[in-house]
Amino acid sequence: MNERTETENPKGKNGLDFSRAVARRGLCAEPVAIRTLQANVTKLCNQACTHCHVDASPARKEHMSLECVNRCLAILGESDEVENLDLTGGAPELNPHFDYFVREARKLGKHVMVRHNLTVTLDGNPQTGEEKRYIPGFFAENRVEVVSSLPYYSEYFTDRQRGKGVFEKSMESLRMLNREGYGAGELELNLVYNPAGAFLPPSQKDLEADFKTRLEEDHGVRFDNLYVMTNMPINRFEKEIRRKNIYDDYMEKLANAFNPEAVDGLMCRNMLSVSHDGRIYDCDFNQMLGMRARAGAEPLTVFNLDLDAARKRKIRFGSHCFGCTAGAGSSCGGETAS
Amino acid sequence: MNYYDPEDLGRFPEVGKFAKDLMDRFFEYYDGATGGDGALTKREKALIALAVAHAEKCPYCIDAFTTRCLETGADPEQMTEAVHVAASMSAGVRLAHAVQMQNALAKNGAM
Repeated sequence: MNERTETENPKGKNGLDFSRAVARRGLCAEPVAIRTLQANVTKLCNQACTHCHVDASPARKEHMSLECVNRCLAILGESDEVENLDLTGGAPELNPHFDYFVREARKLGKHVMVRHNLTVTLDGNPQTGEEKRYIPGFFAENRVEVVSSLPYYSEYFTDRQRGKGVFEKSMESLRMLNREGYGAGELELNLVYNPAGAFLPPSQKDLEADFKTRLEEDHGVRFDNLYVMTNMPINRFEKEIRRKNIYDDYMEKLANAFNPEAVDGLMCRNMLSVSHDGRIYDCDFNQMLGMRARAGAEPLTVFNLDLDAARKRKIRFGSHCFGCTAGAGSSCGGETAS
Repeated sequence: MNYYDPEDLGRFPEVGKFAKDLMDRFFEYYDGATGGDGALTKREKALIALAVAHAEKCPYCIDAFTTRCLETGADPEQMTEAVHVAASMSAGVRLAHAVQMQNALAKNGAM
């Protein structure tokens, strides 16, 4: 992990200073509440996508321990304010304690959403060979909200970003979810689009209409909402655009598209992100950059977390944060501004 | 010296250094025609503009509208079809002129 500890708000590598962009417009980017605990429970994934900011792959071995899972559950149990558990990875289903985590969080009455890559259901665990075809039924049984990446409604962009054969497997997996009742209004199935390159995402509303028509007509697949997300210049995607010598152009594009209206809905203002080892960050992107959240001088972990102090923390920003305010804004729940 | 430097695209507004009022009116018209949804969607307009950019062989416009197409949700297949529309129209326009050639052939008693 390339931990960034040099300053509280590191200035962007190209002089793109997000904090200054916010302050200059007199905007507020302080925490509002802690409604969501997002836990990155593993870096292991059956895929190795070109845009992945986690650098997840079939070779990774980092998993959240049972002790850490239990601490997260204790935090959820201690506060009504934290309404949501958002499980991500890697493919979160590959953490050995995943099923336990979901079931216990549901017993606490929490809304559980899983960042599900679809193909893990068919591929299984790439290291142990363990079958995972039970996943759609398990999700339905626990009324999990499923949030799945699908870069496009056709094969080219999807396979280019996520690997050969991923589109067809994704369609099969989506139909399995549909058969369990997902995408028909009762059990929520949301898809995530992110650009297959260094460009900004299209309008969420327009693209959702196209996705719905094409997926239903061409593949017999239904879903509820499409979220569009901006690619973050971190880890694998950063390496790719640096290799193509378009990193500076992309950062300039993000900064030029700064939308003040998107600051209000910044996801870091309503969440905490937990890494596999229990460290706490303002968001999953800061987590990958090693920018730990602090209450005062103390870096936060699930083992020392005081929610009141965390709510008063100063969110740490970097140049990558322009990715969350570009155009109509971007978050784990899609656009954040009109 | 490169006549088509990509950086020059950003300097397009500098054309308004002279006859500024005309350039301002052009940009207002241009943004109004291409910039948003109307009876045509922004994506449909971007695909038309991409086709025109190829027909007119404008490298600046090809750069700009390739990005615009991607950022309005088009994929390479749709974009390539748009270029084929431009290419086939260009071919058709030329071929249709062969009627004039045939008229001339007839006038010369050669047909």
